[in-house]
Amino acid sequence: MNALSPRTDALAAPRLAAAPHLRQLEAESIHIIREVVAECRNPVLLYSVGKDSSVLLHLIRRAFHPGRPPFPLLHIDTGWKFREMIAFRDETARRYGLDLIVHTNEDARAQGVNPFDHGAFYTHAMKTEALKAALRRHGFDAAFGGARRDEEKSRAKERIFSFRTAAQQWDPKEQRPEFWRLYNGRVAPGEGVRVFPLSNWTELDIWHYVLAEDIPIVPLYRAALRPVVERDGNLIMVDDERMRMRPGEAPQHRMVRFRSLGCYPLTAAVESTAQSLPEIVGEMAASRTSERATRLIDKDEADSMERKKREGYF
Amino acid sequence: MEPGLRSSIHLDGGAAPGQLRFLTCGSVDDGKSTLIGRLLFDTRGVLDDQLATLRRDSRRYGSTGGEVDLSLLVDGLEAEREQGITIDVAYRFFATSRRRFVVADTPGHEQYTRNMATGASNADLAVMLVDARKGVLTQTRRHAFIAALMGIRHIVLAVNKIDLTGFSEERFESIAAEFRASAAVLGFRTMQVIPLSARHGDNVVASSANTPWYAGPSLLSYLESVMVEPEALSRPFRMPVQWVNRSGLDFRGYSGTVASGHARPGQRIVVQPSGTEAEILRIVTMDGSLPSAGAGDAVTLVLDREIDASRGDVLAAADAPAAMADALSARLIWLHDTPLAAGREYLVKLGTRSVPGAVSRIRHRIDVSTREAVPTDTLRLNDLGHVELRLQAPVVFEPYAESRDLGGFILIDRLTNATVGVGMVDAALHRATDITWQALDVDRAARGRLDGQRPAVLWFTGLSGAGKSTVANLVERRLHALGRHTYVLDGDNLRHGLNRDLGFSEADRAENVRRASEVAALFADAGLIVIASLISPYRSERARARDRVPDGEFIEVFVDAPVDECRRRDPKGLYKKADAGLLRGFTGVDAPYEIPDAPELHLRTAEAPPEDLAEHVVAELRRRGVFA
Repeated sequence: MNALSPRTDALAAPRLAAAPHLRQLEAESIHIIREVVAECRNPVLLYSVGKDSSVLLHLIRRAFHPGRPPFPLLHIDTGWKFREMIAFRDETARRYGLDLIVHTNEDARAQGVNPFDHGAFYTHAMKTEALKAALRRHGFDAAFGGARRDEEKSRAKERIFSFRTAAQQWDPKEQRPEFWRLYNGRVAPGEGVRVFPLSNWTELDIWHYVLAEDIPIVPLYRAALRPVVERDGNLIMVDDERMRMRPGEAPQHRMVRFRSLGCYPLTAAVESTAQSLPEIVGEMAASRTSERATRLIDKDEADSMERKKREGYF
Repeated sequence: MEPGLRSSIHLDGGAAPGQLRFLTCGSVDDGKSTLIGRLLFDTRGVLDDQLATLRRDSRRYGSTGGEVDLSLLVDGLEAEREQGITIDVAYRFFATSRRRFVVADTPGHEQYTRNMATGASNADLAVMLVDARKGVLTQTRRHAFIAALMGIRHIVLAVNKIDLTGFSEERFESIAAEFRASAAVLGFRTMQVIPLSARHGDNVVASSANTPWYAGPSLLSYLESVMVEPEALSRPFRMPVQWVNRSGLDFRGYSGTVASGHARPGQRIVVQPSGTEAEILRIVTMDGSLPSAGAGDAVTLVLDREIDASRGDVLAAADAPAAMADALSARLIWLHDTPLAAGREYLVKLGTRSVPGAVSRIRHRIDVSTREAVPTDTLRLNDLGHVELRLQAPVVFEPYAESRDLGGFILIDRLTNATVGVGMVDAALHRATDITWQALDVDRAARGRLDGQRPAVLWFTGLSGAGKSTVANLVERRLHALGRHTYVLDGDNLRHGLNRDLGFSEADRAENVRRASEVAALFADAGLIVIASLISPYRSERARARDRVPDGEFIEVFVDAPVDECRRRDPKGLYKKADAGLLRGFTGVDAPYEIPDAPELHLRTAEAPPEDLAEHVVAELRRRGVFA
């Protein structure tokens, strides 16, 4: 079917009829997405390849159908993402005919900054600084992100249109109040907004929606036998030969999957047999831990996310 | 606790749950954050690792001794945890098997009223907390008022810390009665009062054995079952155009979120403000075309013909278009440290339209504690005011009470781009001649037809003692005898009721005339022949009264008598008082009377008996076709 000539024959079956809350969330997100395109000069989708990015991209495609999304995707590649993420990323861009920009902090990479030796500085250099540099280089004044308010306490207080200074910093006390469906995306040159259309979704909503809409996701979310080492109570997948083994560690194959995806040495797997989407949804509904529990970098102090966000992290 | 309560909403089977968006508000330390923490905790919305973090934070920042401090679940920012306060709106989510909930936790501190309004703007219901020991406070009344102002129609009063009163029924009943009395005028559709303890869980999720005297539902069961009707669906179709989708060579669709009513293929719509009509051809989605879309749906509409419509326009039902105006009266909350500057140009964003505009007049500030009008020449952070806005171009709008989407607006500072004000439209200020008006099904002509007459305003102006009241009275008697529906608005009589608060200063006299003009216009709109009798000495105020009614319906009657004759008559003894210096600014003594340039009728009361003059007026009405 030609994507530019919507079919006029059969009317669509009612979607999401059994889940009005998903319909409401979907409509709210699409409204936000269109506001950005209507009001901002040069938007970009910060595409992180995970399930939230998959849902966000799906909503963006819905918002502009039958046209293509009128802005590019930006992936901040730390060089340590799972290989399956990179393959999925490139396949996604190809499948939907999207412009994909990949940006890496090459200076830091040349200096050998890595997640094993550099901890918080690694995150700062490869994610925060890399993101700021990419937004600056391309002059993006609005960047979509897939963050949700249920993820973390400082996210719960962030606006949907989150203003950033020319230094790309977030000031939680100077947020623009938001009313109804009215958003203020106006910025001076150099300033920008980060926009979070999934603000009001929960992790479970995301999975219900992935299931209902049959949205492609990285296979790492589905359980499979994968080589992992158990370290400090976390299951870390050995994705390539750069993984540094501690004395006595040896990869063993376990049935695992991921709830959240990032840099493989910093992302813990969970033991699971859930391979199909309904199984994953069932497992999520019964889960007693949050997805952030599988992100090694988020376990510092209570305000570590707030601090990172103030510095310009997403 | 029921295991698996969080497992929540299923996509298959059972009644489809919608979501309920509510906010919690109340005074400082009433326990809002603790209550939300309790709801999350008891519905298993708090997960194991979050609980571990909470235990650690409780030891570090908590105010509950060794126990877990539930309020730390929602106090998200560093400054809040350090100071033990809530400084911004936090959004939380939880679900039961019956419903999904979005909670806006808003702070009780006076200086953060703007955040309360933010949280309220997207909420269907408000949960107000009071401390059972303190009862209803000023802050409680203030927040109830703001909730009502923002259009919330359902309210729950949570009488918290009831355990600290020994679960006293008497205390509970007295608080409930006081709240019901103070909120009665706010127009809430439902009011539920619940005794509870957020800290210990009484009546939060399950009914408590400690309050056997309370027969009502627990807070959660109430929230699960309360009906908040989506009224927008039953109103006429409106959709602000967000973005025009031009894809490929020949696709053109209008994208937006339906603000009210339904869109269906075949339906006739009008583009406002241009007035171009078209028909909806298709509602386009990625899965094919939809048979209909309702309020809240984000859609793309394809029309049956090429029309000129762009972002900021509104597509509306052709048979029931929305109102348009370039001057509005509105309630405005000021959100910024820099006070409102009346006359300064801001950007007004309403729907998807942004137009430059200014606050042309601040009628007064409203004290949200006492709900009284206070004169002011500015609005400061967290002030609420009644204002008039002048816009550089007409906007399509609806009163906020009817539509949050087309009645709510923000003001943006053009220099800093900060959102500095938020407002709710009450009405258009006047009828701009070049724009259409909301077509009500029963209009003035229809009402007049029922009466066998056309509405008219006979505006009697002239000096005190010129004979206005005498002739007006005779005219009304004559019309009444003819079976016509009339009403006399007498300047003096109005001062006994509607204008009781006005004195005789220049400003008050002008206000006296202004109010009389508005009432005359209303009565004319209701189909009556209005006979207004006021000195109304200034041309400008008579012109304004004329402006308030359609062309041809205003008949200015100059009741003319020489000032010496008026003095001689002096039916109310006013000239004597003025001469004695007891009355200042009295027309004809020490204030001017501006003679009408071209009155429709000129009655010289010194030259003819009043009966003849009255008959002359009635003949003029007949000649103008006011009645047959």
